[in-house]
Amino acid sequence: MRHKLAAALPALFWTSSALAQETQEKGIDTVVNEAIAPISNAIVSVIFYSVPVFGTQFPLIVLWLVIAAAIATVYFKFISFRAFKHALELIRGDYSNPKDSGEVSHFQALATALSGTVGLGNIAGVAIAVSIGGPGATFWMIIAGLLGMSLKFAECTLGVKYRNEYADGTVSGGPMYYLSKGLAEKNMGGLGKFLAVFFAVCCIAGSLGGGNMFQANQSFQQFVNVTGGEGSFMADKGWLFGLVVAIIVGSVIIGGIKSIARVTEKVVPFMAVIYVGAGIIIILANITEVPAALSAIVVGAFSPEGVAGGAVGALIQGFRRAAFSNEAGIGSASIAHSAVRTKEPITEGLVALHEPFIDTVVICTMTALVIVITGSYSNEAGMSGVDLTSKAFASVFPWFPYILSLAVILFAFSTMISWSYYGSKSWTYLFGENRTSDLLFKLIFCIFVVIGSSMNLGPVVDFSDSAIFAMAIANIIGLYIMFPVVKRELDSYWSRLKSGKITKYRADGTGGT
Amino acid sequence: MTNTLLVGIDGSDGSRRAADFAAARAKAAGARVIVAYVIEWSQYSFNTPEENEMRHKRRDEEIGRAQAQVLDPVVAALKSSGIEAESIVRHGHPAQVLCGLAVETGAVQIFIGRRGLSRLEVLLFGSVAGTLVQMSPVPVTVVP
Repeated sequence: MRHKLAAALPALFWTSSALAQETQEKGIDTVVNEAIAPISNAIVSVIFYSVPVFGTQFPLIVLWLVIAAAIATVYFKFISFRAFKHALELIRGDYSNPKDSGEVSHFQALATALSGTVGLGNIAGVAIAVSIGGPGATFWMIIAGLLGMSLKFAECTLGVKYRNEYADGTVSGGPMYYLSKGLAEKNMGGLGKFLAVFFAVCCIAGSLGGGNMFQANQSFQQFVNVTGGEGSFMADKGWLFGLVVAIIVGSVIIGGIKSIARVTEKVVPFMAVIYVGAGIIIILANITEVPAALSAIVVGAFSPEGVAGGAVGALIQGFRRAAFSNEAGIGSASIAHSAVRTKEPITEGLVALHEPFIDTVVICTMTALVIVITGSYSNEAGMSGVDLTSKAFASVFPWFPYILSLAVILFAFSTMISWSYYGSKSWTYLFGENRTSDLLFKLIFCIFVVIGSSMNLGPVVDFSDSAIFAMAIANIIGLYIMFPVVKRELDSYWSRLKSGKITKYRADGTGGT
Repeated sequence: MTNTLLVGIDGSDGSRRAADFAAARAKAAGARVIVAYVIEWSQYSFNTPEENEMRHKRRDEEIGRAQAQVLDPVVAALKSSGIEAESIVRHGHPAQVLCGLAVETGAVQIFIGRRGLSRLEVLLFGSVAGTLVQMSPVPVTVVP
């Protein structure tokens, strides 16, 4: 035994020194990459189990999401269109009791949830979809966004209905709570508990993946591009960038430094307005090319040229990026929406309808239009993600890449803050709602910022996609079972609204708030 | 029918004078006084999810503080001089909330104190009194 140990010791030394040497030669980035890529590949191949359809691979998970969204749309009788205007009135606070002012308003809950979804998905994800799936992917993205509204409506209604309210007035809500409590009501407590735990585990992984590593990775790339591309002093120092971001993120989520959060919460909406504004200007400046772009989008949706898998290939890309961007059916936003103060859970669901609409139908479509109009997607092969969007905008505004880089970094930051919350809610659901376990998760979260900045785009996107989509497996099973619960709430609310039992507080025009 | 007078206070000297002024009018007319404190708040602000989670608790704390430190002493003083008095705490834009309360409580007049801002300060931060005068459904008395 001792002999063996004596023999093993030098071997151990040798390996560790070899590892150190390897680290020196390749840089920390590559080592982290090589260590994580196999794990990420394994997870991806399970979640994105694909079947060949017309010569292209169709991931079943995308089908799973789209079918659920389509069923929700039909089951709730196109609630997304029926309640579109009423939802706007709810967001404006027309139906909020002035006596409840000072609580979390519908607008605030929606804005918070949106800051978790609007971000890289809208900038980088769309570019990936269009560069792989052609302009036609945009069409399917819009369809997926419109269908996703009903799914988001269902999950946010349930999130509020089954949230936990504690004696001190704080609340915890989201799929893990409605899956366990809602299914227990239907005598499926065991299944509910299992799904809730499955969801929470995936949510933690998604929070570290798409909500963290992907964001860190893309903001690092932006930073490198702006500071000089390949020749930048930061080009091979992803870990350093990650460290800085991790410290800033940590100071907000662990240190509770309100001032940083304050700044981003003021700047992020401003950035969103600039981004959309610039997009609209580009579209208007090229208004003559809009019909051609629109026809490229519609024609490309059904018979694209040069896209692997043809129409199905475009559809898959569109659906996949839309789902990743607006997160309908994933269940994440339900956690953020649960904080609203309302006696009617259905109202928050109706408000949440607008989330996929703003995120996918408005912002993603605009990005796609800019990319298609400027023709940037067809020029250079091998360009994807933010670079492509950046190039498309730069073709009209040469200085725009700087603004976009800032926007990407800020969006990424606010998305990280939101997802750290989703992750910590799932973590505390699993490991107990106390400060220590909450703190532990937030520390892990910060470490993953560094890991994310050090990896290549490929493994990060794949890993984050798979973790986030895995959340949908548990969430949607639960949603199917609880659709009738939502329907009952909706019918009751809708009939009271139509019969005039639910009225506006501000009907007298005095302005309650 | 007893008249109702609405007084908006914020704990400042000016608002104390407004309360005294309203008290004198109420005593003379046998009117009821409602003392209101408005906590600056907007339903359109952007919050982190964590802030939203804590919001209900924070709101209770804010209301409790306003009630104990600002409203209760004023209401006690009014009652001790034989005036019927009530207090209300609301979140929102001060001028807008006071207008809403005037309608809600059927107040016939609103009293508020002057903050004595310079023109530049009014330009930068806005004036509650100025806005209220423009919006109010009932007469407004601004007490210097």
